[in-house]
Amino acid sequence: MSAVVVAWTPDRFGTAAVTYGVAEARLRDARLVVVNGSRGDALVDEEYAGADALADLDRELEGVEHEIRQVVAADVAEAVVDVAAEVDGVLVVVGVRHRTTVGKLLMGSVAQRLVLEAPLPVVCVKPPR
Amino acid sequence: MESLGLLAEGLAAAATPENLLYAAIGVFLGTFVGVLPGIGPAMAVALLLPVTFGLEPTQALIMFAGIYYGGMYGGSTTSILLNTPGESSSVMTAIEGNKMAKKGRAAQALATSAIGSFIAGTIGTLLVVFFAPTLAGVAVRMGAPSYFAIMVLAVVLVSAVLGASRMRGFIALFLGLAIGLVGMDLNTAQPRLSFGLPQLADRLDIVVVAVGIFALGEALWVAAHLRRRPLEVIPVGRPWMGRDDWRRSWGPWARGTALGFPFGAVPAGGAETPTFLSYVLERRLATGPAAEEFGQGAIEGVAGPEAANNASAAGTFVPLLALGLPVTATASIMLAALQSYGIQPGPQLMGEHGDLVWTLLASLLIGNALLLLLNLPLAPVWAQLLRVPRPQLYAGILFFAALGAYTVNQDPFDLGLLLAFGLLGFAMRRFGLPVLPLVLGVILGPLMETKFREALQISDGSLWGLVDEPVAVVVYVVIGLALLAPTLLRRIGRGTPAAEVVEHEQVGR
Repeated sequence: MSAVVVAWTPDRFGTAAVTYGVAEARLRDARLVVVNGSRGDALVDEEYAGADALADLDRELEGVEHEIRQVVAADVAEAVVDVAAEVDGVLVVVGVRHRTTVGKLLMGSVAQRLVLEAPLPVVCVKPPR
Repeated sequence: MESLGLLAEGLAAAATPENLLYAAIGVFLGTFVGVLPGIGPAMAVALLLPVTFGLEPTQALIMFAGIYYGGMYGGSTTSILLNTPGESSSVMTAIEGNKMAKKGRAAQALATSAIGSFIAGTIGTLLVVFFAPTLAGVAVRMGAPSYFAIMVLAVVLVSAVLGASRMRGFIALFLGLAIGLVGMDLNTAQPRLSFGLPQLADRLDIVVVAVGIFALGEALWVAAHLRRRPLEVIPVGRPWMGRDDWRRSWGPWARGTALGFPFGAVPAGGAETPTFLSYVLERRLATGPAAEEFGQGAIEGVAGPEAANNASAAGTFVPLLALGLPVTATASIMLAALQSYGIQPGPQLMGEHGDLVWTLLASLLIGNALLLLLNLPLAPVWAQLLRVPRPQLYAGILFFAALGAYTVNQDPFDLGLLLAFGLLGFAMRRFGLPVLPLVLGVILGPLMETKFREALQISDGSLWGLVDEPVAVVVYVVIGLALLAPTLLRRIGRGTPAAEVVEHEQVGR
């Protein structure tokens, strides 16, 4: 069974991505694989979901065939692509946000790297204004 | 009462805008490095040493003292919000503090730790004002044999009593003593362990050794363990305390201060033991609902150890100022700073550089008040620091480390030395060797040798010269007891509290 892969963060951007991912999975009759990652090079990373946020997401996804994974890797985008290859992914969904040039220099941009590197189609979604 | 008058003069001298600025920079930097685990006040002071060569000694010391106190405050923030102690002195705070934070009482935990630290630091500094001159007055009459004995006591206690393993402690100590030997013999000007290199014959610069061990060693260690699962930080607003929290905090604050100060002042040093004892004491004393709360976030378990660690930080200034004897890593670097300004620390310090000492003590009081102002409203901001990625952070540290090592003599050879000591620091972390005995060995080694030879010269080479003063004899007896006590205690009854302290220290590393 093919899968829709969602690169998720525990914030409104991640929620938007998951919402779209669920709809897309239903349309394609695929399962949903949610990936949450961090570079793991800071003590605290707010984009890395804690136990509570993971449990909340799991509850929200009830009724959809799904799987949630967490990865710690130097390049989170690459890790998402690897997961997609492993689970027979047909599509990657990622939430995008505004980043300044300096912000990108310092923190990098997982979404940008996904769009450029992933061998499968990438859908970028934005939370409603 | 004479001391109070001198302190008032010191306050007047410390309250110049320029000195206040250095105190503010000090406490700010101190809190910064205290919040980040792995980076401590000792590293910060070592990195700043070369930068401060252009300053007046008083101003540099004011800044260093601010860093020292600030480190104690900052460490508790990380302990409470992240359950990872920022400093070894706040290991105990993490136990109840993080539980409180998880129950939504982070603001109260931070408040009791900040206010407790302020009270303990202020009382502790005032105690220094009274004890240091008295002790210095006694110490001036001490001869070389007693002096040597007290230094032996300090290094033995730090190596054997603190830390997980005596063997490792002594390995670190002897490494330090060996490093302290490199270069010109201070008595006869003969080169030792210099391998024919003129740079080594010139004696090693303490900046290079300390920065290598603390900064480069830690950076290499972090680089070897770069990626770790991020921790969950507990969000917090502005710290505050309710009436009930005040009622439950003042007792632990007072008892923590009483425990912490003496432990800082005797050359057994360190804040680990008194914070541990304070935690145990509060747990024993707790009655009623508080007793049940212990283990699930009791405010007493935060207030006591936090007061104890600041009181012990204040206490370490007694031997440092009165005897020239450092008992913590930060204090030893401060001693090295004094030496590099050409000020000979020791009992004469109070007489010869009285103005410096009193200004320093006064600025400790001011710094303490600044810390309270800085920490209560800014706690959420400090927590943001934990999000700084390690590569960026350590790149900055390495830059300053290399810059500092190079500027001391403007000789590329020192960069090579820096790398060598960095690798040594990395190896020590890898094999669990404590850093403090090594640093103490490097700094006290030459002083010990001087006193040792002085004593032998007086006695014409007879070893009895080392024990011909009553103080020296008493101190050697204490050393013997300190070395034998743990073995005896283990024979008598198993499960001494020391074993638990050791476990917690391991967590702190």
